Amino acid sequence: MTTRRQFLRNTGAFTATLTGGATLIAFAETQAKSDTGGRKTRWGLLIDVARCPDGCSTCVSACSEENGWGDTGNRLTDAQWIRKVMVTDPQSKLSRSLPVMCQHCAEPPCVDVCPTGASFKRADGIVLVDKHICIGCRYCMMACPYKARSFIHEPLQDQKSHAPRGKGTVESCTLCVHRVDLGRLPACVEACAAAGHDAMLFGDINDPESEISKRIAQHPVRKIRADLGTDPGVSYENL
Amino acid sequence: MAKRIFILLVLAVAVSLWPPSEPQAGDLLLAKVTVPKPAKGKGERCVDDTDFMRRNHMNLLDHQRDETVHSGDRTKRYSLKRCIDCHAVNGEDGAPVTADNPKHFCRTCHDYAAVRVDCFQCHASRPAPGGTAERSVGKSDVAALQSYLRELQQ
Repeated sequence: MTTRRQFLRNTGAFTATLTGGATLIAFAETQAKSDTGGRKTRWGLLIDVARCPDGCSTCVSACSEENGWGDTGNRLTDAQWIRKVMVTDPQSKLSRSLPVMCQHCAEPPCVDVCPTGASFKRADGIVLVDKHICIGCRYCMMACPYKARSFIHEPLQDQKSHAPRGKGTVESCTLCVHRVDLGRLPACVEACAAAGHDAMLFGDINDPESEISKRIAQHPVRKIRADLGTDPGVSYENL
Repeated sequence: MAKRIFILLVLAVAVSLWPPSEPQAGDLLLAKVTVPKPAKGKGERCVDDTDFMRRNHMNLLDHQRDETVHSGDRTKRYSLKRCIDCHAVNGEDGAPVTADNPKHFCRTCHDYAAVRVDCFQCHASRPAPGGTAERSVGKSDVAALQSYLRELQQ
């Protein structure tokens, strides 16, 4: 039988362990901050809609080629990481064509609803699906206001080695995380520039000295469904 | 007397049967199941000792996958991509086989151990056709590096 003294002693030891853990976490946080000079990187995109021609889908095909998704003959269920969307003002009838992909929200609803923790936001703001944990419940697809996520219905083979994809998991634009980690630009941005449109700009939106931040500060930009408070990392200029 | 002779006879038979001529458990297994002989990978040696890799490859891959997905660690030493590149086994048509083929490097042992790998539900089980999964360094890369170094010197 445990005496009152023993019980108290055990509880004391437990509290001490907890305190130790808390100290460790606090230390880890300070170290992460000092690595980036107290500022956290947040990758984002700025899309100049005025430079995005109607009918051009260079970014879409570049993404499809880079990440290995595309037409499998099932139009209704095929994966679509990025799509060209036509928006029309109901009053002025002014139309604009723009690419819409995962908006890499600061407050991503897909992460909020994920029951397994597969949907997550990286430290640099890129929202991803950890397919090792994804159970394919598709809650995130329901939660995403941008319709950015797709579910894979068919078994696949010979995927791109940098973009693993498999049946039964959800996927979306990764902001070409495999390229970003190596200091390269996302495939869509590169292709848009190569096609001479230069409508897409990639950079660190938390760095006031980056080109993207300067452009955002100097020009009026809009975010899709800003009213939802998701704080997207993708901004649109001239929309 | 007859009883004694009988006991001696039984003993003699028992001694003649010792050691047992029946194959032992290990021999039986060897006779019925082929011990896997995984194909040799490219290069002289694996990224770590073969014995270590045999016992720990799953832990290394598991650790690496979390590091890569969550922290963006793109180092190649323990990446699955590198395993696939070095351990590709060519089929009869000369092209590397997929995990559907029992000759696939991973399958040779995993079939024997009856451990199913689910890596290849998402990951490619052979190097990308027309080259390895990892981009090899070409002449243009060397030229670009040289011009960059020249710029640095100026």
